[in-house]
Amino acid sequence: MQTQNVPTEELQGIVGEGHVREATAEDAVDGVGPSLVVEPATIEETSEVMKLASREGLAVSPCGGGTKMGLGNPPREVDLILSTARMDQIIEHVPGDQIVRAQAGVRLEDLQEKLAEADQMLGVDPPEEGATIGGIVAANSSGPRRLRYGTVRDLIIGIKVVLADGTVAKAGGKVVKNVAGYDLSKLFTGSLGTLGVIAEANFRLHPIRETARTVFLEVDDHNKIPDVAQELTHSSFSQFVLDALEMRWERDRGVIAALFEGIEPAVVAQSSRAVEVLGSHGETRVLGEDDGEAFWEHFARRPWAAGDVGLKIGAPPADLAAVLDSIVGAAERADAEIRLSGHAGTGVTFAGFSGDEDGLVEIVEEVREIRVRRGGSVVVQEAPLAVKERLDAWGSSGDYLGLTRRVKEKFDPGYIMNPGRFLGGI
Amino acid sequence: MDRGQLIETMQEILGPEGVIHEREQLRTYECDGLMNYRVIPDLVVLPESAEQVQQIVQTCYDEGIPFVARGSGTGLSGGALPVESGVLIVLTRMRRILEVDIPNGRVVVEPGVINIWVSQEVADEGYYYAPDPASQIVSSIGGNLAENSGGVHCLKYGFTTNHVMGAEVVLADGSVVHIGGGKAPDAPGYELLGAFVGSEGTLGIATKITLRILRKPEAVRTLLAAFKDTEEAGGAVSGIIGGGIVPAAIEMMDALTIEAVEKQVSPGFPEAGAILIVELDGPEAEVANQFDQVIKVCEENDASEIRIAEDDEERALFWKGRKAAFGAMGSISNDYYVQDGVVPRTELGAVLKKIADLSEEYDLRVANVFHAGDGNLHPLVLYDNDTPGEADKAEELAGEIVFACLEHGGSLTGEHGIGRDKMKYMPQMFTADDMDVMQLLRCAFDPHRICNPGKIFPTPRLCGERPGPFHMHPVQKAGLAENF
Repeated sequence: MQTQNVPTEELQGIVGEGHVREATAEDAVDGVGPSLVVEPATIEETSEVMKLASREGLAVSPCGGGTKMGLGNPPREVDLILSTARMDQIIEHVPGDQIVRAQAGVRLEDLQEKLAEADQMLGVDPPEEGATIGGIVAANSSGPRRLRYGTVRDLIIGIKVVLADGTVAKAGGKVVKNVAGYDLSKLFTGSLGTLGVIAEANFRLHPIRETARTVFLEVDDHNKIPDVAQELTHSSFSQFVLDALEMRWERDRGVIAALFEGIEPAVVAQSSRAVEVLGSHGETRVLGEDDGEAFWEHFARRPWAAGDVGLKIGAPPADLAAVLDSIVGAAERADAEIRLSGHAGTGVTFAGFSGDEDGLVEIVEEVREIRVRRGGSVVVQEAPLAVKERLDAWGSSGDYLGLTRRVKEKFDPGYIMNPGRFLGGI
Repeated sequence: MDRGQLIETMQEILGPEGVIHEREQLRTYECDGLMNYRVIPDLVVLPESAEQVQQIVQTCYDEGIPFVARGSGTGLSGGALPVESGVLIVLTRMRRILEVDIPNGRVVVEPGVINIWVSQEVADEGYYYAPDPASQIVSSIGGNLAENSGGVHCLKYGFTTNHVMGAEVVLADGSVVHIGGGKAPDAPGYELLGAFVGSEGTLGIATKITLRILRKPEAVRTLLAAFKDTEEAGGAVSGIIGGGIVPAAIEMMDALTIEAVEKQVSPGFPEAGAILIVELDGPEAEVANQFDQVIKVCEENDASEIRIAEDDEERALFWKGRKAAFGAMGSISNDYYVQDGVVPRTELGAVLKKIADLSEEYDLRVANVFHAGDGNLHPLVLYDNDTPGEADKAEELAGEIVFACLEHGGSLTGEHGIGRDKMKYMPQMFTADDMDVMQLLRCAFDPHRICNPGKIFPTPRLCGERPGPFHMHPVQKAGLAENF
């Protein structure tokens, strides 16, 4: 069937007949169905597709592994899904320079596997499986090791993008230290496909560490978690020593866990000191490398499932007690079940709620109201469509929304890139 | 508004002491650390608060007067070079440390606060501020932010951009925004702070800056190793990094630099073709183990001598020699030109060879001192200003050196910035499209280009509408707003 007002044949001419397909129900973004899925193989093809989309005023949603298509608000419209699946080449890995250049469609697992051959890694570890480099940059995904390595913005050193009008531009480069020109790599980090298509990204790498130990403590009172986190953070453990400091809370039981990676003698020494610190709060356990891996695979997962409401709360790390109180309190009042996890060392908490729709909306509003007063943000990362339609995914944005809009207007004046999904309806 | 009225308006905002308008006094501000460009500003203003900065900028915006912000004026690329008929906003009176928040690991400062003060402020609590540019005893946090300053320890700890967590910014139109989460991570929206840091004062003026502070490392160990030449020293650098060690710092100095440093500050460095200073820090057990590994790598690369700093005093002596390197050139040459370029670490050998060839070709000496760990070179081109034509020759040679860096996959600048100095080289590294797209950001922040104009980009972009079909924003369609 010929789709109305989408020039299918012209698109086929750009990317090849086999790489344009009719969209199915599964391609819908929060219930908004696109007409076509287009898979360019190169930056040049991506540029041609964008020129065409711009000319025709087609709304475009870039897509990598598809793990984050539910992030943000439901789009106002989607005509094309621009898949980066065929742009899956690792362009350059120079172990001696500890850098890698990769196309957007490279899956993180594949990249890490390749880098591991040279005992190196990219220091980002988001929990979602199948995520691509482009998606990770666009969504600013992170995981437990952000405590040590920072987030994408701290590791990305160069980028190549295709703007809405097809313009191809790069910024940064392939050296770690570089202050030439504006740092567009950072600007595009977390832009959720609303400024342009991320085609390539360059990163600095780190050596894979020799071994690991995990120290964890079980608690039956969520009030204990913030105290333990503060104590660990302000003992001799801090950024650049501790690799991760994470928490989980579920069914009135919680765990706080610290990860140490490095050379054997250092890891042994540090973990035994962590046991001393944690020991005053209860029984601690230590896991070696292999047991630890299984532990973290479970532990680092987001505490929600489809149908739940999942929140990401960013707050000052020392305000964790207030964050936990507000969540637990709001869930009790709404009679909802909660599960929590979080990067206790950096102030990011994830909260999953299940319950009835009205209750879920109330919880979000209540937690947000407290956060607005105390500083930070509450972003809805997962929610049933019915709940999403009643809430803004991003919450309040402070005084920078006007500037944010002006940036969007300059990069995508036609509002064709992921319209509606971002902050302030951008 | 004529000059007299402008002076009056500024005096109303700042009081008579806060406005400098006599030509002789204005001359003090005609250049920053890069002295070959000089422009006398129309007016210098010295605000003491964010409110005053806002009022100054608002006045400039209303009157269409360009302005430039300046901190301590130590920049090496002319980023704080004034504009003619413009206002220079000097932030050295905004020197308060506003808040120390140890539980959240944050310090909030005004832009004129000197870099080293931050570490001094939190030292007793066991914390420090990691970015340590060589100028740290005089350069300001606001200037560090504008230039995204590096330092000798950024190989492990990152640059200013990795340690600035939030900023209050006065934009070119006088509006005030707070970007970056400050104490809270992952603020929703575009990474405006990441784009702002390192924008060389062209996107606005930061009036309040939230910095991350770190726990002081438990152990620090430093060694100095002497080698036959830079190639052997380079081999040791590769061996250390390749061994999976991320040192806090690895610095290299060549024979000419060693000679100059010895003449100037006599740190007692061994005679050698190249010296490496390697510093490790972190937990005791890790540092001890890896330090042995570093010594082994140096030995394997035929180090003729290895000295280990036995205490803080000796460590300070090693660093004194390194940090004095630029200034010490005065002891072996009348004049010198400081270059700043970056190459991939694996290309260091090839580029150093190219520099040696160029030095011979131009018949000018070049001393090399650099951050070897991240490939950030600081070749110092020695010349004599009294010899006609030599200054131009030196600048040309310095230019050839950065082109060599680019040819080998590097960058025009690692930490000094583009500023006024390297604008002309930008097209060598970026296409017209690259620079146009960068300037879209400029257009969003400062459409009338009144904020530090004439820097970074050789061809300013007009901020008018781009061609293409017009689409009305849905909020406009709904009649909720006329235009954004």
